[in-house]
Amino acid sequence: MTGQLDWLRGGIALAFAFLIAVWLVKPIGVSTQFVIADGMAWDLVNPSLVVEDPETKTGYNSDNAYLAKSGGKYAKNVANPINYSFIFVLAMVFGAWLSRMTRGPQPSKADRVAPRVWRNRFGDRPMARYALAFAGGFLVLYGARLAGGCTSGHMMSGMMQTSVSGYLFAMTTFATGIAAALTLYRRGDGHR
Amino acid sequence: MEIVLAIFLGTLFGFVLHRVGASNPENIINMLRLTDLHLMKTILFAIGLSSSVLFLGMAVGLIDPGHLSVKGSFNGVLLGGALLGLGLGSVGYCPGTGLAAMGDGRRDAVAFVFGGLAGAFAYMLTYPAAKATGLLDPIAGGKSTLAATGNESYVALVPGVPGWMLALGIGILLMGIAWVLPGRPGSGSRPLPHGVPANF
Repeated sequence: MTGQLDWLRGGIALAFAFLIAVWLVKPIGVSTQFVIADGMAWDLVNPSLVVEDPETKTGYNSDNAYLAKSGGKYAKNVANPINYSFIFVLAMVFGAWLSRMTRGPQPSKADRVAPRVWRNRFGDRPMARYALAFAGGFLVLYGARLAGGCTSGHMMSGMMQTSVSGYLFAMTTFATGIAAALTLYRRGDGHR
Repeated sequence: MEIVLAIFLGTLFGFVLHRVGASNPENIINMLRLTDLHLMKTILFAIGLSSSVLFLGMAVGLIDPGHLSVKGSFNGVLLGGALLGLGLGSVGYCPGTGLAAMGDGRRDAVAFVFGGLAGAFAYMLTYPAAKATGLLDPIAGGKSTLAATGNESYVALVPGVPGWMLALGIGILLMGIAWVLPGRPGSGSRPLPHGVPANF
């Protein structure tokens, strides 16, 4: 089981990860934790951001409307960094590292700056790649928060539960994703 | 105990994302520009299989329907998905795979994650405005599913059919699509991307 798994084994492994999570705890989701991390950093600078408030459902409140929504659900997690969802996301970084150390797929030195498809199209321009990656990250997380979830939570976990929102999300994500990739990288470049 | 599970399940998920090649932006971009669909096959098969087993597991009482968490439908799902797709197709990372790619030692993933923190922060500030537009108002039954889940918090749009039967049907359809989709549409002569063994 070294290198990248073929699609069938990969699909079974991925299904197993999503299933065991919903069996033991709850469906996998990632993008909310970007908000929690932001809230922690913001709360360090401005400790009055998140406050205890016995009036709310969770016992926490915030003057930021997003952290305060659903009875202070996010505010509570900002105030308690050692919670399931946040530790889960940190552990993901470790898991990927562990896979690389145990003979998983190995990116080359150049791949760690930009994927080959980028280098073929735009050349060796690391700063341009980092700038686009930053801008892309901004769009992806803004979009994920507006949608209420990302590829993990909405698409994978959502469609697993036959959630209508999961199918809706997957439709527009793939529509604009394909349009963007074809426009930026074209179909033929690099692989013919 | 919950934290032990978080470490175990998070590690497993990051490990699998890396092993299936999802944390490699090359694979995401090539999937979306339709030159290499192996990741699409992986994703469709995983959704179909996990959905089938989940509903069968709930039907026989092995999996607690109370563990489900169905997200609501609103127009922001469509618009947010479209924005996310633009970023995904442009740079090749989504939130989960970007984090996994940091563990893979990819520096562009670090830039992506910082961009993501900035984007999430921008949403925290503009949330009241987004709410005021009506984009977050429920559509299509709000928190709805196609198959009956047995969890009373969620509306089933097809209540007449046993949930497991419908989910199994959809699951088999998705796995079937994964099976027949060509791995490399359009050409059989393209070189394999790095990291893929020649007998792939």
